[in-house]
Order: sequence, then C-alpha cells, then structure tokens
Amino acid sequence: MELTIETLVFAIFSIITLAGGLGVVLARNLFRAALMLLVSLFGVAGLFVLLAAPFLAAVQILIYMGGIAILIIFAVMLTRGMVRAHKVMNEQWDVAAFIALVAFIVLLVVIIQVAQGDGAPLPQAPVADVTADPTVSLGASLLDPAQYVLPFEVASVLLVGALIGAIYVARDDEAE
Amino acid sequence: MIDWTNANILPWLIPVPPLIAFALIFLVTNRSWWLTVITALTGTILSWGLAAAVFLRAVGAPILGLYAPEHFGPNAFGSQVPWMATGATQFNVGVLVDPLTVIMLFMVPLAILMIMLYSVGYMYHDPRRERFFGYMTLFAGAMLTLVVADNLLLLFIGWEIMGFCSYSLIGFWFEKESAYKAGVKAFMTTRVADVIMLLGIAYLFAETGTLNFRDIFFNEEMLHQLATTPALLFGGAFSAAGLIGVFLVVGTIGKSAQFPLHVWLPDAMEGPTPVSAMIHAAAMVSAGVYMVIRMYPLLEAGADPHHGIYSPPLMLMAYIGAFTALFAAVIAISQNDIKRVLAYSTISQLGYMVAALGIGAYVAAAFHLITHGIFKALLFMSSGAVIHGMEHGEHHAHEHGHHPHNVFEDEGKPFDPQDMRNMGGLKDRIPVTWWAFLAGGMSLAGFPLFTAGFWSKDEILAESWNLGLGGEGFGPAIFVFILLVVGAFLTAFYTTRQLALTFAGEPRTEAAEHASLGGPSSLVSIFMQGPLIVLGVLALITGYAGVHPSFPVFGPIFSPGGNPFHDFVAETLMHHPPVSDFNLVFTLVLMLVPLAGIGLGWLMYARKPLAAGQEDPGKVALDAISPAIWRWMENKFYVDELYDWAFVRPSYWVSETLVSQIIDRGVIDGTLHFIARAGVFTGELFKRFNRVVIDGVGDGIPQGIGLFSRWFRFIQSGNVQQYMLMVALSAIVLGIVVFWNLIR
Amino acid sequence: MVPLWMFLVVAAALFAIGLFGVLARRNAVAILMGIELMLNAVNINLVAFWRYLTPDTMMGQAFAVFVFVVAAAEAAVGLALIVAIYRRRQSVVAEDVNLLKW
Repeated sequence: MELTIETLVFAIFSIITLAGGLGVVLARNLFRAALMLLVSLFGVAGLFVLLAAPFLAAVQILIYMGGIAILIIFAVMLTRGMVRAHKVMNEQWDVAAFIALVAFIVLLVVIIQVAQGDGAPLPQAPVADVTADPTVSLGASLLDPAQYVLPFEVASVLLVGALIGAIYVARDDEAE
Repeated sequence: MIDWTNANILPWLIPVPPLIAFALIFLVTNRSWWLTVITALTGTILSWGLAAAVFLRAVGAPILGLYAPEHFGPNAFGSQVPWMATGATQFNVGVLVDPLTVIMLFMVPLAILMIMLYSVGYMYHDPRRERFFGYMTLFAGAMLTLVVADNLLLLFIGWEIMGFCSYSLIGFWFEKESAYKAGVKAFMTTRVADVIMLLGIAYLFAETGTLNFRDIFFNEEMLHQLATTPALLFGGAFSAAGLIGVFLVVGTIGKSAQFPLHVWLPDAMEGPTPVSAMIHAAAMVSAGVYMVIRMYPLLEAGADPHHGIYSPPLMLMAYIGAFTALFAAVIAISQNDIKRVLAYSTISQLGYMVAALGIGAYVAAAFHLITHGIFKALLFMSSGAVIHGMEHGEHHAHEHGHHPHNVFEDEGKPFDPQDMRNMGGLKDRIPVTWWAFLAGGMSLAGFPLFTAGFWSKDEILAESWNLGLGGEGFGPAIFVFILLVVGAFLTAFYTTRQLALTFAGEPRTEAAEHASLGGPSSLVSIFMQGPLIVLGVLALITGYAGVHPSFPVFGPIFSPGGNPFHDFVAETLMHHPPVSDFNLVFTLVLMLVPLAGIGLGWLMYARKPLAAGQEDPGKVALDAISPAIWRWMENKFYVDELYDWAFVRPSYWVSETLVSQIIDRGVIDGTLHFIARAGVFTGELFKRFNRVVIDGVGDGIPQGIGLFSRWFRFIQSGNVQQYMLMVALSAIVLGIVVFWNLIR
Repeated sequence: MVPLWMFLVVAAALFAIGLFGVLARRNAVAILMGIELMLNAVNINLVAFWRYLTPDTMMGQAFAVFVFVVAAAEAAVGLALIVAIYRRRQSVVAEDVNLLKW
C-alpha cells in the first residue's frame, strides 16, 4: 500500500474514530464520554467521504452528531442527579473485555482469511467507478417502486411510532 | 279342504292327534286331571278312528260301501311331500299304507286306546299322573308315525322318539333308584343297537340314494344290485345288502330285546304297568319286529329261504331268535315277580317272530306279531290289576293293624305286592281280572283251537317244520323248529305256573286275602277292567283270521277262499310267500305240546296249590339234580353281572379315575393352575419393575429437572448486561462455527 | 487505494469497542452510547462493501440510510425510557433494574 494522500487521510480518520470510541467507553465523566462520541462520529463521517458517499457523510453529521449525540447530552444532563461515587465499570467488565477482544480477533481472522482466500478475494480497489451522482441515484432508488420505496415508507412509520412512543414514555405524569 | 275319503291323505293324519294331545298336555292342561284325560283320550280315539277308516278302506267293508282295492299290495295308499334337498336329489317323506301297515293299524291304535283307558284308572292315585299321559301320547304319536312311515328315516325318527319315551316312562317313579337306573339301562342298551342300525341306514342311503320302502323293496334291480355289491367292510363275506341287513337286525335285537341285548326289558318292569303294556307288548318292541318284517326283501336279497339259501341277516335272525325264545322261556320258569314272568315271556315270543322271519315265514311272523300285541297287552294290564288289588289288600291289612310280610325266605325285605308267592286264591276276589288273565295266558300258551295265540304260533311251527325236519331239511329251519317247540312247551308250563300261583288255591298272605279292585261300580275299576274285557275277547277270536283252508272244521268256516290273512299280507311283497302245506298229523301232534305244558303246570302247581311258605315245587324238583340249576335260572344266567363286569365297571373306571382324576384334575387343572401361578408371578415381577424402574424414572426425571431448575434459575439475574454478555458469547461461537472453513 | 480489508478492520475494531462499552459500563446512557458505536461500525461496513463491490447499485447506501433511521428511532426511545426510569427510581445504573430476577 503506497503512501498516498488517500491512505494518509484514511489513517487519520481511522485513528480519530477509534480513539473517540475508546474515549466513549473508558471515560469516567459521562459528559466527556458524550463529547468523545461526537468526535468518533465525526471520524466516521470522514470515512464516508473517503468512500465516495458524501450524502451519507452529511446525513451522519446532521443526524448522528447533530441529533443523536445532542440527545444523549441532554439525557446525561437530565440524569445527573446521582452524586455518589460511582464506578465506571460494572462487575463483569473483565469478562466483557475478554469477549470483546475475542470478537475482534474472530472478525479479524475472518477478514484476513477472506481477503487472502481462494474464493473471491476482497478487491484491492473498487470494482468500478461510481456512475452518476450517487446522491441522485440514492434519492431515486428510495422512491422507486421497483426498489426501496417500501422500506422507505416503513421506516417513516417506524419513526412515527418511535416518536409517539418516546413522547409517551418520557412524559411527566405529575404535570397532568 | 281335506278329502276324508281319500285314503292317500288320511294316513298323514293318523299320528297327528296324539302328538297334538302331547303338546297340549305338557303346555296347557297339565294342571287339570280331567282336561288331561279328555285330551289324551280324544287324541287316542281320533287316531284310532282314522286308522279304522283306513283299515276299512283297505280291507273292504261292503256294508259301508267300501270295497278293497284290487291288488292292494302294488297299489298301496300313500303320498309324499318333498322334504329336504340332498345334493342333486330331493329327499321325500311320506306315508305308505300297504297290507303290513294295515294290520298294524288294526292292532296298534286299538291297543293304545285300551291302554290309555286303562291308565286313567291305574294312574288315578299317582301325584304326577298328568305327566304320564303327556309321555304316553307322545309315545303313541311316535309309534303311529313309525307305522305309517314310507321311508327308513321317518321310521327311525319314530323309533328314537319312542326310545326317549321309554326312558322317561320306565324311570317315571324316579325317586326310586332302581327305577331311574332301569330307564338309563333301557336307553343305553337300545342306543348301542340304534347306532349300529343308523350305520346300516346310512350305508343303505349311500348305496342307493333313497330310503323309501317302495323304491327299494318293489324294485328288482335295486335289490339285485345291493345283493351283488360287496360290502364296504368284510367285503369277502357280505354283500352290501347283507351288511346293511345285519346292521338293521342288530337294531331289532336291541329294540326287541333279543339276546344279547335283552337285559333292559326285565328291568323295565320298574315302570308303571300301563307302560309295560304299551311299550313292551303292543308298541315299542313290536316296532323292532315290524321293522325287520318291513325290511324283509332287503334281508332276503340274494337268498331264498324257501329253497334253503340263507343270507347273513336271515341266519342271524333265525339263530338269535330261536335261541332267545328258548333262553328267555327257561328263565321265565323261575321268576317270582308277576311282571318279570311276562317280561321274559315277551322276550321269548319276540324271539319266535324273529326266528320265523329268519327262516322265511313272513306271514307267520306278522300274524304272531299282531296276536301277541293283543294278548300280551292284555296280560300286562291284567297283572297290573292284580298288583293293584294286592296293594289294596295290603292297605286294608294295614288299617286293621296287621303288617303283611313276605312269606318266602326274604322276610326282611319290605312286603312285595308283585311277588306271586304272596298271592294265591285271587280268582274269587278279582274275578274279571282272573278271566282276562286266563284268556291271555291261554292265548300265550297256545291252547289249541280256541285262542288266537294257537293259530299264530302253530303257523310258525308248521312253517319251520315244513322247511326243516318235515320237508326240505334246511339247517336253520331244523334248529328253529326244535328250539321253538321246546319253547312252546315251556311257555305253556310257566304260564300255567303263573296262573296257578296267582289265582288258584288259598291266599297265602293277608294282602291277598283282602285283595280287591274297589268293586264293580268304582270308576277306577271300570276304567281298568273295561279294556281287559275287550282285549280278552279279541285274544280269543283274532286268530280266526288266519286259519289254513285245509284245517278240518275251522278251515272251511273261516277260510273258504283261502287263508284271508295270508292272502292279504302276502301282497306286501313282490314275490308272494307261498302257503305252506297242511299236514294233519303234524298239526295234531303239535297241539299236544301246549297241552302237555299246561298239564305239567297243573300237576305241579294247581292240583295241590302252593301253601304259604312252601318252596316252589319246580325248584324242589330241579334242586334234586343240582341246586345250581334253579339258581342260574333265577339269576337270569348272570348276563347282567357279566355286562357289569365287562362294560359298566371299566366305563366307570375310565370316567372316574382316568378322565376325572388323572386327566381332568391332574393334567388340565394342573396346567391351568400353573399358568395362573405363572401369570401371578409375572404380574408381581411387573409390579416390582413398575415401581422401581418406571416409577423411578418417572419420578426421577421431574425430580432431576427440579434440581436442575433450582440450580439453573440463577442464570436469570435480571441484569440486562449479563444477558447481553451471553448473547455476545453465543453470537461469537455461532460465528466461529459458521466461518469454520474460512478460519481454518 | 486503500484495500477493502482495512476498512473492514476499522469497522471491526469500532464494533468491538462498542461491544465492550455495552457489556461493561454501569451507566445506562453509556450503554446506549456503546450501541451507537456499534451501529456506526455496521454502517462503515455497509458503505465500504458498497463502494468496493457494487458501486453501480444503490443497495449499500440505501441500507445504510435505513440503519440511520433505526438508530435514531432506537436512541430516542431508549433515552426516553432511561429518563422515565430515572424519574421513578432515581438511578440509571443498569444493574439496579433487575425486577425480572429469579
């Protein structure tokens, strides 16, 4: 793998993502953890750009960073009432770490095997260039009756359901 | 409707009234004595009337405008109905009235009627009298069926029903051990004979495909075929006809009590006297002789006794009949029971008939059958009256506080009103009975010229003489003649003895002294004595139907155109039996025989009548030669004892020991017990297994599951992250498994 | 060019980190954050495969869009639940929510 700009950018954004992730799971302060989440999500957005999916990168920033992460921060704020000396990890963290490690190793082994395997090895380079504007294609496919309009509609229903559900679950009973 | 003048249909009706009476008595009227009597008598009178109508139609009664049919033999009355299909053919059943049937229809219904009337008086005091009449009517119906039957099967049906009635009636007083045993003995003995007879019938049917009398006996080819086919068994010695004939004769030997199957008849005296009269005089034993007379063409098939050729059945009949005639007569001399004498007398006289048929004296045998039926029924009924009178006298003596006892050496036994040694002097006390008994006795003895028995017995002796010593010289005829002549002498002798001991002299006991039948006006006495008078007259005059035309004085009176009886009956056969020649000298000599017997009897028993307690003069006389002689005679030559040792005891042993104990209890029960025990044992085993293994497993599994559950439930900690851990672990493991190929 | 497998390794690592966070953190919100990380790792995988194997169809991107939707919905509801629980029990420690214990 030659050291090109692309490779460098990839390495930088990978490190940002992974370091952010570690920060999320290891931070004692919950607020700091939320901020590290934001960082990690940014890294992911960058990777999306690298993968010629600019629309997804934008959506990532808007939805994930601007929506979900903010939501999490709100939740952190709302549940700050506990002041006691809380431990970061629970009692099974060692087993959890081990399991996570094992999972990673298994995935790694599988990836390497497939990459060098006899079957269809993972391509070193993209198979073809992206055809037309991926964003337009994506939009068209989401509304094309022969493609993904149905999951699209279902997803909107899901959102409505989640919306109603979340409002209902989180409402304040005493205010009624 | 029924054409009453049609003699082909009338015979069907003859057995019907008694059978209907039987059904009515047993089902309906048995509570009422008078209803029963009316039913029984009506049935009997009806059948007698119908039989008389057929008789007149056949014989001819110009007064009534009835003329005898021409050549009645070949043109007999009869009709048939199809009965059952036997393969390709039909088995027809029907009635046949030929000359032989006609003479039977004269004697049998009359005798039955007389006996029924007599029974009304005789059984009046019996607690089960209605049942008696039920059996008697069934018996009458069966006998009449047998008489009018036109085939062997129907005859056999009547035969067997009579056998059953005989058993029931002999054992009528079944509380008495000797009575029911006698009934069983009668049935068993005749059964042995009947089985063999049935074999004969079956073989006949197999050979010819029919059992109809006309088809077999009026059919030259069939008889010839039967006579020339070798028999299935003993084919070398017998033809088919011979073997069948022998089997059928065995049936008669049983039914008509010939030696060696005679043992049941004396014991059958245990039954009420009307039974003895009916069964053992007029009907059942006559049926045996009637059957062989009927079967005569078959029995003589292939032979010609008038020319000295004898077939096996004929020889069997001649020798057995003659021997039985003499044998039974010898025993009868020594018997003391009034009915036993008559029983042996019956056996003896039947022997006469069988022997006569054996040498070919067809008409003579039939003639003697008819006359014997009449006078033997008379004799039995008279003896019944005597016994009745003696019982009356005994009762009378009891009332006076005296207790009659036997006046002979068995003084310990209860008083026997039937023992002649206890009688004596009864002729003044029961005179009607005395005259009746005299008439019958003289007829039996064959008192010359004036009794029916003389004419019939004379004919038998004449035929046997002509075919034997006096003429042709055939062996069996000689044998028959000699034995029968001696028998005739003895018959006259023991009859006179009987008359003298019973009626002559002075009463030897109180019972005899007060014997009476209740006076001439008593209903019982009328019913009992009326028939005696009727039969008494008949016993004297019936013989005049069969006088030889050459007989001096009587011949021209009674048989101007030939012997009426002979000519009539001879038509029954295809080949008319010849009339034997009349030999005046022989006949005169022969008349001396019964006279000599009567004379000797009078000398020994009547001239100086027996006194009470005195020994029998006959016994005294024979004891002088050897005491064993009288003892053997009195004990019937120990034939019963022989049978008991040879047949009865081994049967008991087999049934009691072998089958009952060894096989039944030991083997069969043993096996069953063993199986049962094995079953119980297996059951216990299964129960144990059930409890330990199955219940153990069955209970153990839930227990195990419970234990496991109680240990395993801790896995549900409520901690979500722990669940997640499990999920992650499972997913990884699953992933490894799925990607195993790739990893390795 | 960056080989595909590198993207996959990054995604795998991010997934493992997120898994650890889900399994090991006490705070419920932190657990939720771990779940978000895992979902992101999945998205990276999807888009990488799309780019390298089937860039002419939209299947990969569409799938990623739906993952976004689901993640958003799930985060909303989950946080609402956590808020409700907090109000009731004054605690967001996952271990304390164990009424379904044996």
